[in-house]
Amino acid sequence: MNSNHPLAQLTLVRFREFTREPEALFWVFIFPILLAAGLGIAFRNRPADVLQIATVTPELAAPLAREKLLDVQQLSLADAETALRNGKVALVAEPGPGGAVVYRFDDTNPEGRTARMLADRALQRAAGRVDPLVSSDRLMREPGSRYIDFLIPGLLGMNLMGSAMWGIGFAIVDARRKKLIKRMVATPMPRQYYLLSFLLSRLVLLVLEVGVVLGFGALVFQVPVHGSLAGLAALCILSSLSFCALGLLIASRVQTIEAASGLMNAVMMPMWICSGVFFSAQRFPAAMQPLIKALPLTAVIDALRAMMLQGSSLAQLAPQVAILCGWLVVSFGLALKLFRWR
Amino acid sequence: MSPTAAKTALRVHHLRKTYKDVVAVDGLDLEVRQAECFGLLGPNGAGKTTTIEICEGLTAPDAGEVEVLGLRWDRDAAELRQRLGIQLQETQLSDKLTVIETIRLFRSFFRQGPEAPEVIALVELEEKSHSRVGNLSGGQKQRLALACALVGRPDFLFLDEPTTGLDPHARRQLWELIEQFKLAGRTILLTTHYMDEAERLCDRVAIMDHGKVIALGTPRELIKSVCADHMVEFSAGTRARPVDLAALAAIDSIREVRTENGSVRMQVTELHRAVPALIQELGRQAIPLTELRTHSATLEDVFVTLTGRHLRDE
Repeated sequence: MNSNHPLAQLTLVRFREFTREPEALFWVFIFPILLAAGLGIAFRNRPADVLQIATVTPELAAPLAREKLLDVQQLSLADAETALRNGKVALVAEPGPGGAVVYRFDDTNPEGRTARMLADRALQRAAGRVDPLVSSDRLMREPGSRYIDFLIPGLLGMNLMGSAMWGIGFAIVDARRKKLIKRMVATPMPRQYYLLSFLLSRLVLLVLEVGVVLGFGALVFQVPVHGSLAGLAALCILSSLSFCALGLLIASRVQTIEAASGLMNAVMMPMWICSGVFFSAQRFPAAMQPLIKALPLTAVIDALRAMMLQGSSLAQLAPQVAILCGWLVVSFGLALKLFRWR
Repeated sequence: MSPTAAKTALRVHHLRKTYKDVVAVDGLDLEVRQAECFGLLGPNGAGKTTTIEICEGLTAPDAGEVEVLGLRWDRDAAELRQRLGIQLQETQLSDKLTVIETIRLFRSFFRQGPEAPEVIALVELEEKSHSRVGNLSGGQKQRLALACALVGRPDFLFLDEPTTGLDPHARRQLWELIEQFKLAGRTILLTTHYMDEAERLCDRVAIMDHGKVIALGTPRELIKSVCADHMVEFSAGTRARPVDLAALAAIDSIREVRTENGSVRMQVTELHRAVPALIQELGRQAIPLTELRTHSATLEDVFVTLTGRHLRDE
């Protein structure tokens, strides 16, 4: 395309306005990385904690010490009670009448309950108990099933929503407030080019935004992408277009930045909370599920997770794709109807 | 194009526009000839901007007809957009673009016209070519806005309050530019509430008030038709001992006498007779003169005479 073509010029303007706005660069590129890094570190998978317990006799201390998940100290009864009260130990084991054992612990504290089970198992086995059932453990720590694997598709979806809605909505309301839209329609500019330039610039920036988040996840946390990259690209484009349409709808009449911010937040906030960015949307009551499933961000994140973590194809994600297409068509149609060119 | 259309660049007939219960334009008729600079002069709220925006095809009138360059907005909008240069009031161009980027953007919408550097030279912004719009002064921004109106080499230029809010130096600079376009034979319609701007730039002026044209003609004609040649203003007397105005009005070369904020304004035909006569009369009434000013009559005086208000009262 000739660089003097109005669409080329309008799209160039979009890029220039975006790249010359340091705040926008921060929110789109740096913020999601900081968030992923912070949460990735906070929720990293740690080896199971060793629990501190105390006992008052060497007869009890010896068998307990054989349990690897317990760290046993032998204390006087008074010291043991103080340590338990201060939370330094989760449990105190002491001999009871007739060779019995008494466990002292706070049953509302999960560590106390775990310590009770571990200590009891160790002492029962030392006393000669044989487990009738043979069991073994298989630990799930490989990439694909950790919290960070759950989180990256969520952040990607949130980022797709935020950048598309803010990118379009804010720019249009700002241009309207400055009477710039009115000035543009006073020229022979074809109006569809004005809107098209937003979509074109968004699609180019999309490659960068998605690349940054996925690249960070892959490089730092080895977050996998099991599905096809082409399918993922198509899904991201469809998601971005749907959110663009929603942003356009919000911006179609608003005259001030304040009103636009309020509307944007009112639309996005429920999705941040309900759509499963940070935790599974399944935690909400069953009655709310149909509503939550119909939200565009839920559809995007569900589809991204299925594609990245389970390798689902676009065809298998038909329900989510249909929801996104619905939002796209309805929002865009309404936006064109309501849009004010001044 | 009919022969009359060739001579008339803009014809407005019985134009009406109402916003809620405010009548902004009230049955307006106008005719702008080709290659003339026509001014709509009036106070804020007179309906100037509504009128010019209807002519620019940005606002739909409730009733009436508009014909620009022999074309109509309902049939020939695409052709008209190519041939008009428009500067709106209060447009803020994008702060983050440079001057030349802004001009290239606007130039890309028109099928013909000068290249960007040429337009920038026209408005004398060469040194600022690569500066961000956000870093320009008010006058430079206004010249850039003018440049954006010129990129399509328009046949007809619409300027809505081109110098409002500028300092005197920036205003004079902009006037010189507009005068150059007049010399190049372009048709210009401009709105202003500065009478000196209208007097300097406009071949003909329509004075507007409450959505109507209350006077039309060249600035000279308007001044002649409504007022005498000179205006004299003076302060004298006190509330307890006011000047006897009837005695002043009886003086031969003094026409209209009115009081305004404690001072007296008079229209005067022959200054060299009126001033001595005034001083003599005040001497007779034994009232000392505290202040005396005279000036040639202006469009402002025309407006005051017609409406009893000043242009910038509102």
